[in-house]
Amino acid sequence: MALPLAFTWTEFAQQVTSGLAAGSIYASLALALVLIYQTTNVVNFAQGEMATFTTYVAWTMMHHGLSYWPAFALTLLIAFGGGVTVERVLIRPVEHRPEIVIVILTIGLFIAINGLVGWIFGPEVKAFDSPFPNTSIVVGGVSTSVQDIGTFGVCLGTVVVLWLFFRLTTLGLAMRAVAFNPDASRLMGVRVGWMLALGWGFAAVLGAIAGMMAAPTVFLDPDMMLVILIYAFAAAVLGGIDSPVGAVVGGLLIGVVLNVLGAYVNFVGQELRLPTALAVLLLVLVIRPSGLFGRVVVRRV
Amino acid sequence: MTTLLELSEVEARYGPIKALHGVSLTVADGEIVALLGANGAGKTTTLRAVSGTVRHTGEIAFEGKQIARGKPDAVARAGIAHVPEGRGLFTQLSVWENLRMGAYVRGERRTLRAEAPRVFKYFPWLERRRDQQAGTLSGGEQQMLALARALVGRPRLLMLDEPSLGLAPTVVQEIFRIVTELNEEDGLTVLVVEQNANVALDAAARAYVLEVGRVAIEGRSAELRRHEGVRKSYLGY
Amino acid sequence: MRRWVSPAVRAVVLAEAVVLIVLLPRFTSEFRLGQFTYVGIYFVALLGLNILTGYSGQITLGHAAFMAIGGYTAALLILGRSGFELLGQQASHVLPQHGMRAILTIPIAGLVTFVIGCLFGIPALRLAGVSLALATLAVAVSLPAIAKRFEHLTGGGGGLSLPLPHAPFGWHISTPHWLYYEAWVCAGLLFVVAWLLVRGRVGRAWRAIRDGEIAAVSSGVNPAVYKTLAFGISAAYAGVAGALFAIQVSYINPDTFPVTLSLLLLASVVIGGLASLSGVIVGALVLEFLPIYAQSPPIVHLHFAKQAGPVVFGVTLMLIVLLIPGGAASLLTRLTRPIKPRRTSVVD
Repeated sequence: MALPLAFTWTEFAQQVTSGLAAGSIYASLALALVLIYQTTNVVNFAQGEMATFTTYVAWTMMHHGLSYWPAFALTLLIAFGGGVTVERVLIRPVEHRPEIVIVILTIGLFIAINGLVGWIFGPEVKAFDSPFPNTSIVVGGVSTSVQDIGTFGVCLGTVVVLWLFFRLTTLGLAMRAVAFNPDASRLMGVRVGWMLALGWGFAAVLGAIAGMMAAPTVFLDPDMMLVILIYAFAAAVLGGIDSPVGAVVGGLLIGVVLNVLGAYVNFVGQELRLPTALAVLLLVLVIRPSGLFGRVVVRRV
Repeated sequence: MTTLLELSEVEARYGPIKALHGVSLTVADGEIVALLGANGAGKTTTLRAVSGTVRHTGEIAFEGKQIARGKPDAVARAGIAHVPEGRGLFTQLSVWENLRMGAYVRGERRTLRAEAPRVFKYFPWLERRRDQQAGTLSGGEQQMLALARALVGRPRLLMLDEPSLGLAPTVVQEIFRIVTELNEEDGLTVLVVEQNANVALDAAARAYVLEVGRVAIEGRSAELRRHEGVRKSYLGY
Repeated sequence: MRRWVSPAVRAVVLAEAVVLIVLLPRFTSEFRLGQFTYVGIYFVALLGLNILTGYSGQITLGHAAFMAIGGYTAALLILGRSGFELLGQQASHVLPQHGMRAILTIPIAGLVTFVIGCLFGIPALRLAGVSLALATLAVAVSLPAIAKRFEHLTGGGGGLSLPLPHAPFGWHISTPHWLYYEAWVCAGLLFVVAWLLVRGRVGRAWRAIRDGEIAAVSSGVNPAVYKTLAFGISAAYAGVAGALFAIQVSYINPDTFPVTLSLLLLASVVIGGLASLSGVIVGALVLEFLPIYAQSPPIVHLHFAKQAGPVVFGVTLMLIVLLIPGGAASLLTRLTRPIKPRRTSVVD
């Protein structure tokens, strides 16, 4: 477990900033997971695969001549529709069944989408364009890639927009009400089923953004989001599976910690980043299952 | 007086257990009607059948039309506000956000802007505490918030389930005073379920007494007060 | 769960199945025999998974990880340090000097995974449902990375090549036949063990815990003991399956038992029917043959891409969950139920 000989604050800051960029991607996907968990009480194991699929859709559009930002926007719309459809068609029939059953359903979805992506688009790794130029800017001696800044901006920007939506709009309030008390919401005239579907739609959008921001760096292939999904799970668990704030903080934290550990602790290196994240996940689950920001639920036997 | 709500031979069950064995009652426009009875008699179930939160057989007509079955949100949109047992507040949201949700049924922003002054007239303290988390209010304040939230949606019929539950007598009096005032001034029709028969008979013009899922006794409040069975079982003298 | 098939019918079906399995090698090609060997291996793995998820109600997405541990245990014991040197690799000191007979490594693999499974079961007690699924997923995903890291113990990313298997003790039986019977004898023995466990007190305790832990405690069942035991036993089954697999393929590397296999194992056990030992055979057949037939459906002479398999698998799993939650086993029960007046008792 040796530290490299030369430790400079600049390099440390660089690791932190690139960790924040990666972390913002994890945070987006983690927020998607929490969003779905808060409204439908389901952990969607297929969230990553849905994100992969929509990223491939974006790639296809860009390969047919559409420029980046229009393709981006169109993809978000498609993702939204896809999320709503999945909830209405697959989840709604099994809403009242036990947790395990719905988990298995999402696992089935995972397997199917993972295969479908490879089938339709082929298993070869593809390159994905980035909207940000491949340059770096230097701030205070710290060199940061524009790609990292852009990623951070887009992901966190989306999170902020979503936050504003939930705070300020009627629909956002109704969705929050449904998350807290679906029965009372019905008595207020809220069509609870559609609120849940909207939740899935927004989650799919977050996933699409995570996918499109990650693809330029990790390259596009059917298993692209598998590792990121695990990081997102770790982030959601770390922050508290029912806390949106926790998901975002958890994601950023994991991004930074993994980067720093990977750079400075030889034992971790590049290969053991994933197991480290999982060790975090396991530790949190065992020591403090409600995470940093979640509500503690006591189970007495 | 026109009939606003009419139940005919309504039956309801929770799984294998039948809770209502054929309940028939009417509520006329502008009336306050009380639904009395012991625990488990089916009072709450009757309200739930109306609001669609429990499935029922038999006819329920509101404003002359059949009510939407099993769709609480449609019932709310038709103009029936149900304040359930336990109040059904969004305890993690603020007072103001709860009120916003009350207005949701008629279009949140416009309705709240129009109705808020009226609601604050009856509950002035709500305006001062609008940002307080609903779960931190006292029992009586929560009941009043639940009532205010129901009113904000401009309902035609207000259904209250055990408003006095767990509250001190002075608070209960205050709540019923407000309900009576709303009925007299704004013509609000109220169906109130109560275990506290005394307070309910004071406020209501007519009442039904449920026993084991059926209407056992019905009549004007004054008559019920004199009724020997009612006196012994529900009024305690 | 109300699933009741008359014992006589069951006994007949079982006897027929045994006869079929014993006689199969006479009628099929070597290639097909290999496929049915895999069915036997998956059968063992799925038995274990059903015990854990179906009977004791603990969901796991990491079953393949225990197969990997079993597989590596067998491989390391077969090779020994001398075997590593033959491969041109440096071996760790913990390995024995000389290799061991393949068949002997199977029970040892099972024992090792049993212990590790119990050890994992202890912290898993604090988790339930989704958290447990995540934790097991975590283990499954990190195991390949860890295997790659510790080269001297596992042969690293390149993996380990094992000497070709052949029947031990000089028995005159062709290798494919030997491997087939080896797998199915294990499967048969372990099926009997599972049957006894599930029928007996242990199985009742598991079901009680699955259906309501709090109620189980009040009837005197200690959940901790039985849940940990379930983990250990299911891991042991996986370990045996992994060892059989490694011997069959004569090769193991960190990607032999990936996460997707864990997911497919879970899918297969659900498709076959949770908490049904008879459904496991359906699951094993599905796991082996569905990807093949999805790619090249028998009657229609079309050829689809390799990925058709997972797509069909996933869709089948979702359909089963949505439409036939009891899996294939519940279908079979409905078909073979004798025409008798219904029993009045309610729960089993």
